Amino acid sequence: MIEVRNIKKGFNGKTVIDDVSAVFETGKCNLIIGSSGSGKTVLMKCVVGLFEPDSGEIVYDDMNFTGMNDRDRKEMRQKIGMLFQGSALFDSMTVEENVNFPLDMFTHMSYKDKRKRVKEVLNRVNLDGAEKKYPAEISGGMKKRVGIARALVLNPKYLFCDEPNSGLDPQTSLVIDKLIKELTDEFNITTVINTHDMNSVMEIGDHIIYMYQGLKEWEGSNTEIIFSKNDRLNKFIFASNFLQDAKDMRMLEMKGKIDNDRDMDKLLNS
Amino acid sequence: MNFFTHLGRFILMVKGMFSKPENLKMYWKELMHQCSELGIGSLGIVAIISVFIGAVSTVQTAYQLVSPLIPKSTIAQIVRDTVILEFAPTLTCIVLAGVVGSKIASELGNMRVSEQIDALEIMGINTKAYLVLPKILASLIVIPMLVVVAAVLGIWGGRFAGSAAGIVSAETFDKGLLMGWMPFNATFALIKAYTFAFIISSIPAYYGYHVEGGALEIGRSSTQAVVTSCIMILFSDYLLAALLL
Repeated sequence: MIEVRNIKKGFNGKTVIDDVSAVFETGKCNLIIGSSGSGKTVLMKCVVGLFEPDSGEIVYDDMNFTGMNDRDRKEMRQKIGMLFQGSALFDSMTVEENVNFPLDMFTHMSYKDKRKRVKEVLNRVNLDGAEKKYPAEISGGMKKRVGIARALVLNPKYLFCDEPNSGLDPQTSLVIDKLIKELTDEFNITTVINTHDMNSVMEIGDHIIYMYQGLKEWEGSNTEIIFSKNDRLNKFIFASNFLQDAKDMRMLEMKGKIDNDRDMDKLLNS
Repeated sequence: MNFFTHLGRFILMVKGMFSKPENLKMYWKELMHQCSELGIGSLGIVAIISVFIGAVSTVQTAYQLVSPLIPKSTIAQIVRDTVILEFAPTLTCIVLAGVVGSKIASELGNMRVSEQIDALEIMGINTKAYLVLPKILASLIVIPMLVVVAAVLGIWGGRFAGSAAGIVSAETFDKGLLMGWMPFNATFALIKAYTFAFIISSIPAYYGYHVEGGALEIGRSSTQAVVTSCIMILFSDYLLAALLL
């Protein structure tokens, strides 16, 4: 579990995050949503320690991350995996070398064991056969999966994903969402996802935080979001007529007035 | 940003490089990689420039020495001293500031913009130590070597051009090379080489590491890194000459 307590962060005198508190629960997909400039990326970067908050605390399972010295932080960071918006793969390394890098740096495993672990993780994200390819030779969706594999290779307790679906087609987005959800459940990870993608919100959003102009505007689950009366949230989430219709359909489904006959696997394989 | 802000951030970057490595083997691997990239990658251009500079020095010195009272072997002495004192360390390093400096700045800038540096930070790696320090150490190892190669090739180029153009025979040139030799000149050239090596690697690393923005900013920081490095090389060249000669 990660607790964010009264975080404030500003740049050049402008407040970007203003007194935000939240709890990201273990084994759940915690989503941070909000329009561009709402402060969600800054919030995530504060939580992982890439930015130092001006005030407030970040607590990882009762360990105060903000108060930690450099050595403890280094240790803590080995329990954190992160998938970046642009995947952030090392250009000069193959897929296999990218995933192997954290093992080389932080473990004393034998060469054979490292190869086995890399193979295992790549297999888990369905990337068999791409080991020898360079990032420039693979698609955006594959890059994201390599990024997930690299984030998972050290068995992290916390997984952060910064806009995992950006630049992907809707079908690949579904695959990535499904993978993140499965991995969260399988390894009981605390997953925090920063997203714009409304499909992700509705499909994997166990716990959602909506940011508006640096403030936490709304908090709830993907079921509660359907019935939310928050105007700003509704305008942001259900911005188009199509999404508004989808919302109405989902409301009717939830109230049991119509059948939910959607099958995710069928959709993905169609 | 003013000069003192840059200086402060530069000092903080250098200070941040010194921490216990997460895995010594990986740092060694990176150092060897950088030595090969910076050293072998620059050998060709250094060799070409040195040979031609030496050749041109011989021809132009001979052109200016019109008095029959001055022996031909003096040409070799002048070429030797100008190549060792100035051309090999300074000119080579000015060229390397362009070749190596832009490479370091754009590589780190690209890593910063594409969040690769953030990815390393998240893993718990000290990126200043892992990415910047090996580049500076590699430069301190290979650039003095390149300067020595440049000095040897420069003198050889001068000797070759002298005999090829019929200005001074190889025997006379060799005799001149041994006349009035001051070993301190070689020491001075190496002092310059180490100073310039630090400038060539650390200034571009600073600009690249602190890039903010996108492709345009990477190009801009790369240019700025080369310009600043060249100015700093020329400034320290004068300072070292004034202090040590």
